[in-house]
Amino acid sequence: MPSNKSVSDAPITQFINCRILRDNELQREDLWVREGRILDPEKLFFDEQGYADKRVDCEGSIIAPGFIDVQINGGYGIDFSQASEDVSDGVSFVAKKILEHGVTSFCPTLVTSPPEVYHKVLPQVKVHDGGPHGAGVLGFHLEGPFISAEKKGAHPEKYLRTFKSGGLEHLMEVYGSLDDVAIVTLAPELPGSQSVVRELSQRGITVSLGEHRVLLLVSESVSVQPGRFHALSNPSVSAVVQFHHRDPGIVGLLTSDGIPAGRAVYYGMIADGIHTNPAALRIAHRAHPSGLVLVTDAITAMGLPPGRHTLGQQVIEIQGLHAYVAGTKTLSGSIATMDMCVRHFKQASGCSVQEALEAASLHPAQLLGISPKKGKLDYGSDADLVLLDEGLHVKATYISGEEVWRKGQ
Amino acid sequence: MRLVILDDYDLASEWAAKYIRNRIVQFKPSADRFFTLGLPTGSTPYGCYQKLIEYYRHGDISFKYVKTFNMDEYVGLPRAHPESYHSYMWNNFFKHIDIDPANAHILDGNAQNLEEECQAYEQKIAEAGGIELFVGGIGPDGHIAFNEPGSSLVSRTRVKTLAKDTIVANARFFGNDLFKVPTMALTVGVGTVMDAKEVMILITGAHKAFALYKAIEEGVNHMWTVSAFQQHPRTIFVCDEDATLELRVKTVKYFKGLMHVHNKLVDPVLSIKDQ
Repeated sequence: MPSNKSVSDAPITQFINCRILRDNELQREDLWVREGRILDPEKLFFDEQGYADKRVDCEGSIIAPGFIDVQINGGYGIDFSQASEDVSDGVSFVAKKILEHGVTSFCPTLVTSPPEVYHKVLPQVKVHDGGPHGAGVLGFHLEGPFISAEKKGAHPEKYLRTFKSGGLEHLMEVYGSLDDVAIVTLAPELPGSQSVVRELSQRGITVSLGEHRVLLLVSESVSVQPGRFHALSNPSVSAVVQFHHRDPGIVGLLTSDGIPAGRAVYYGMIADGIHTNPAALRIAHRAHPSGLVLVTDAITAMGLPPGRHTLGQQVIEIQGLHAYVAGTKTLSGSIATMDMCVRHFKQASGCSVQEALEAASLHPAQLLGISPKKGKLDYGSDADLVLLDEGLHVKATYISGEEVWRKGQ
Repeated sequence: MRLVILDDYDLASEWAAKYIRNRIVQFKPSADRFFTLGLPTGSTPYGCYQKLIEYYRHGDISFKYVKTFNMDEYVGLPRAHPESYHSYMWNNFFKHIDIDPANAHILDGNAQNLEEECQAYEQKIAEAGGIELFVGGIGPDGHIAFNEPGSSLVSRTRVKTLAKDTIVANARFFGNDLFKVPTMALTVGVGTVMDAKEVMILITGAHKAFALYKAIEEGVNHMWTVSAFQQHPRTIFVCDEDATLELRVKTVKYFKGLMHVHNKLVDPVLSIKDQ
């Protein structure tokens, strides 16, 4: 009898022959799961006189908390920003496929779009738990349209906006609803942004400062203009700072002494080996290792086989890990999967296995304020797991203690 | 008394573990007939536990039909505290083997009524049919379990206030802060251990040498409570060279000369695979 049922009679699973990521290190410990959460086996033994119903032999695998991708624009031919009738199906399709990359939760990301798109797409997808059907949706990541025209990157300029007076109401007009939104990326140098940032954070939405040139502006103004700095000092804001490019100017912000004690700054990095210079990865990691959040920023072409693909208005050519605008050498976006990013990040930055894994699990969870429920293997944490081999290739993925993907099946 | 002297800590730990293994395998425990084992904590038995875990992992022994009774536990220390004896037993032994949690008994230092807890423990031992083999250690002051100097040699399980020596010796586990060390403990009595069919005392290290001398070369004395086992029909002391440093050369030579007899108890080493 597995337990005296004094606490619960739900079945107990014990993962053996594994190394688990806990307390910032890989420990040679068994992992116990009951009712979708990590269980304290010592309490089980002494309080309930319980033991496992089922043992899973991990054959020496590493067990890390499931990866969390907070910036992913689509994949497998699906574009989240496309205003179709079956956005929900598209998100679900991608959600299921990314289980193979060890991703157990994600934020479907919408690039700068006209209001009609937001009004159509946002209501179709709700925050929901993952499971055998796919990774959990933590909420949308709305990247734009309130970003700077100066460094718009791939965002269509005609849809960029500034805040009209009335900050948040204007935001609501554009987006329609913020109910299932987890992150909003905006440009803090836009006038009116401060009150918007405050109001968003009060609703529990993470605010991300978009585009690297803006960062330089912010980092300079942190010490020069106390008023502007207010956006970062809001206690409920954890700012995600993005840069897609080779400029390590972020160091100024990350190491700024203008950031108050106890406040965390996180920054997203695409470690696909193409979009971010390895030196930039190393510098950022060494400057502020605990704030580094790995993101895929994957585009529609992610997961598609090599060759030409017509995606919406574009023709993309996939060669290895590069996705070009067909017939050119212009990159159209990143197609690396999350596990590839983890491996590449480790190799390029020279960091440890645990640091690489935390950048894809613990840090995104902390950024979103959902740790330790997600992103950790503490007693009581959700049992969203990724089993990896020595080289950090995904062997199996679990959500709430249930196996949802296994290599070779 | 058998005095089994091995060259070093590792060999002493291994000899002790082999002995326990052989005793359990030979006993052929089953659902109707459990092997009852008394267990200690501390740095001395650590190596022995490691070897027993190894034997379990190789499939040579099973603890499925073994009932264990630990000697002692601090009073007032939260059970989940890393220095509690519950934590010690879980991390260093129970979590690695196949013992049924219902059969692993440790005194509850946080019980509402400590006296009742002690009496209930004696009752559980009696209901289990008594202890087949009680494994113990020795403190630098010659105590067995927490039966500090002056403890009655016929004592039973009870609450004890710890001696200064013991608190000082344990301070290293509490950040060297004497104020953090628990001052009371629940412990089996000298009489409780004497009731076991067989007693095995592990003693390693030079700092235990004087206590060993007092325990086996001097008389039975409640100031050195381990000496009580001179009056037990089946006692084995397993020690390393360093622990014999205060003994007479003649004693050591005599017992070393008997090693070929002692080694018959662990050679051949038995396995459930052969049954």
